[in-house]
Amino acid sequence: MLKDITIGQFFPGDSVIHRMDSRFKIILEIVYVVMLFVASNFYGLAIAGVFMLSAFMVSGIKLKMMLKSLKPILPIIIFTAVLNILFIKGDGEPLVQFWVISIYGEGLTTSAFMIVRIIFLIVGMSLLTYTTSPIVLTDAIESLLSPLKKLHFPVHELAMMMTIALRFIPTLIEETDKIMMAQKARGANLDSGGIIKRAKALVPILIPLFISAFKRANELATAMECRCYRGGEGRTRLRKLKATRLDFYMTGLTLCTFGFVIINNIVFG
Amino acid sequence: MNIIEVKNLEFEYQSYDDSGNVNGATKVLKGINLKIPKGQFAAILGHNGCGKSTLAKHLNGILTGTKGKVYINGIDTEDEDRIFDIRQTVGMVFQNPDNQLVATVVEEDVAFAPENLGVPPAEIRRRVDEALKTVSMYEYREHSPHQLSGGQKQRVAIAGILAMQPECIVLDEPTAMLDPKGRKEVMDTIKLLNSRGVTIVLITHYMEEAAQAQRVIVMDDGVIAMDDVPHRVFSQVERMKGYALDVPQVTELMYELNKSGVKISTEVLDENEAVPAILSLSPKKGACPSEKAPQAAKKEKKEIVAEVRDLVYKYSVGSPFESTAVDHVSVAIEKGSFVGVIGHTGSGKSTLIQHLNGLLKPTEGQVLINGRDIWEKDADLRSVRFMAGLVFQYSEHQLFEETVFKDIAYGPKNMGLSDEDVKERVISAARSMGLSDELLERSPFDLSGGQKRRAALAGVIAMQPEILILDEPAAGLDPKGRDKVLEEIHEYHEKSGTTILLVSHSMEDIVKYADKVLVMNRGRLFCYEDTDEVFRRAREIRQVGLDIPQITKLDHLLEQENVLLGEDIYTVGRAKERLMQLL
Repeated sequence: MLKDITIGQFFPGDSVIHRMDSRFKIILEIVYVVMLFVASNFYGLAIAGVFMLSAFMVSGIKLKMMLKSLKPILPIIIFTAVLNILFIKGDGEPLVQFWVISIYGEGLTTSAFMIVRIIFLIVGMSLLTYTTSPIVLTDAIESLLSPLKKLHFPVHELAMMMTIALRFIPTLIEETDKIMMAQKARGANLDSGGIIKRAKALVPILIPLFISAFKRANELATAMECRCYRGGEGRTRLRKLKATRLDFYMTGLTLCTFGFVIINNIVFG
Repeated sequence: MNIIEVKNLEFEYQSYDDSGNVNGATKVLKGINLKIPKGQFAAILGHNGCGKSTLAKHLNGILTGTKGKVYINGIDTEDEDRIFDIRQTVGMVFQNPDNQLVATVVEEDVAFAPENLGVPPAEIRRRVDEALKTVSMYEYREHSPHQLSGGQKQRVAIAGILAMQPECIVLDEPTAMLDPKGRKEVMDTIKLLNSRGVTIVLITHYMEEAAQAQRVIVMDDGVIAMDDVPHRVFSQVERMKGYALDVPQVTELMYELNKSGVKISTEVLDENEAVPAILSLSPKKGACPSEKAPQAAKKEKKEIVAEVRDLVYKYSVGSPFESTAVDHVSVAIEKGSFVGVIGHTGSGKSTLIQHLNGLLKPTEGQVLINGRDIWEKDADLRSVRFMAGLVFQYSEHQLFEETVFKDIAYGPKNMGLSDEDVKERVISAARSMGLSDELLERSPFDLSGGQKRRAALAGVIAMQPEILILDEPAAGLDPKGRDKVLEEIHEYHEKSGTTILLVSHSMEDIVKYADKVLVMNRGRLFCYEDTDEVFRRAREIRQVGLDIPQITKLDHLLEQENVLLGEDIYTVGRAKERLMQLL
């Protein structure tokens, strides 16, 4: 049951997108996001959208997965749409007017614009997590942040923490399931009652979970020491992130697209 | 050359009171002297609390002694500058498979140690591949840890140590949390490594594992009590029992025969060695002593307390991952019986029992408690949970309250009982699980492993269920702990008449107390019969892949030599009785 929750699911593959250096993927992803917010009209969004959708097609990730990434934010999309439609006022006559509600043409277009932008944003970001395994992503972030080491920012420690957290999420979910079943077998009532009652009912689940988590952390630390862990100093990696020509082509492509968006802004306003 | 040398090692834990002041010290190691030569396979055997795990942690410098020294290839473990050399030479594998794996992908985890040592990437790649191939996990190199079984995870942990190219590996109870299949995988890997020259120190309380080593070191109360080859250690049956340890069933049989005046060597570890020893006594052949006649006419109608009819349970129905865990099973449990449930991991036994208290809803079929279908409309599921008490594996993980009393009271409180009733039940349940009254006011987390287990059991017993279902209540406990838990459950059954369902991997544990045995195989009911009857079918059970008691295996081998003890031999006592009649 709880096992169906996946954080940024990863689909292994051999596409051009999969093979890119993840550091470039992250940076270009950021450029793409900026692109979306710089675009001042639908054409600009369309340019960015086509770019992102072609990347999706190249990656081989199924369309269904793309739409699945939108599911959790559906409420936000609807909420934003409704707010914009109801409250944006424009010049001229409203298209629809009844009681207190007036809907203007501008409201509809602004709303559509925002919705499209949000959709492109979420789908575009999911492309990153679908094509990059969590550990490679963590490596890339660690590498990108490494200049901060000079400022005594604990980059390696942060990356290590992220890796361990990702590693234990499925394990802890499984454990929570087991504890819940054990307490249910003793008559725990987790499904009914008001907020306070339900919160209290969680105590027999959370306490064993925390105790177990601390025990795990302790044992894991000992195991890591036995394998000669001593922080980030002098560590090498099994996989090294290496930039190739592919990454430079993709960067070029992205910057061109960005250029088109800006030109479009200037020309069409 | 000795790879490990321990000289006069002493170690004590200091205990602190609530304000952080030292208020006492417990001496765990009281002067250990030990030399382990290169290439040896040594087992350290002892009950929980004897100090074996503490000793293990001294072997690679995790702990250093309060007195005495430990030398690894001549290097003092107290030499902080050389601690990484020491840890590279002596690798350590722990009990919990999950809490040793640090990365999200198998091969990344195996690479962890060489990465820490600054090994160049190409060499890391080579070592990772080699290590995974050695433990037969190479095909899983891109899997994530949580997709693996316990035995597979432990092998990955071993590979992680192998990637450091250690000369010696110390394993601290590596199989305690695994099922029989996982245990075999790990033991096979250990023996393979030893055959390639890796020194192995195996800390365990399983005598079958220690029996496979070249040398068995028995620890008791912080000192080394015995140190010899397995045959000479296990043959001293009386002494081993004094140290709260098991001996193989056949060894015990030899010992019992000796007690009754039969001169036979006790230096026998398995059924193959036992046969020639018994044959040398020239027992009568052909004649089968009075065996218990098959109880055909016994069937007086007994009340049925729990029943499943044509039960089917499928996981992920409708998806491509659909699988049938329970496949058309029908079983009726009689009130007051003690049923042992046995089957492989994946046989469906755990899924089956979770239907009896309504935690799982059948895909097809019915579940009846006291004749009532628990899933019919308006049925109260919570009340079913109070009638059918289910205790999961490693039940101590469900403890959460401030005091043992409060924790045991959780179930009865949920039933809505009055405070006096709750109190009465808590005290009675605690006593029936052998927990003294003064433990009730302690925090459950201050208790020993065995005590925690029994406290968790008491928590379900306090609900006074009509049927008590226990999933491997002795899992992970040492022989003494296991015996205590099973004995308490047996006594509870005798005193209260509660129907008991005991799920286990160990046929030997089940047959001690069960009057009926239910065998599950691949989701189907293989058989459900009186214990004696089940053993007439022992050969079939063996073919299904389940392990039968060692003494039964001996019985089968003797049968081939025309020494007939009977078809229902599953305890040492009965084997001795029958054998004596033939001598």
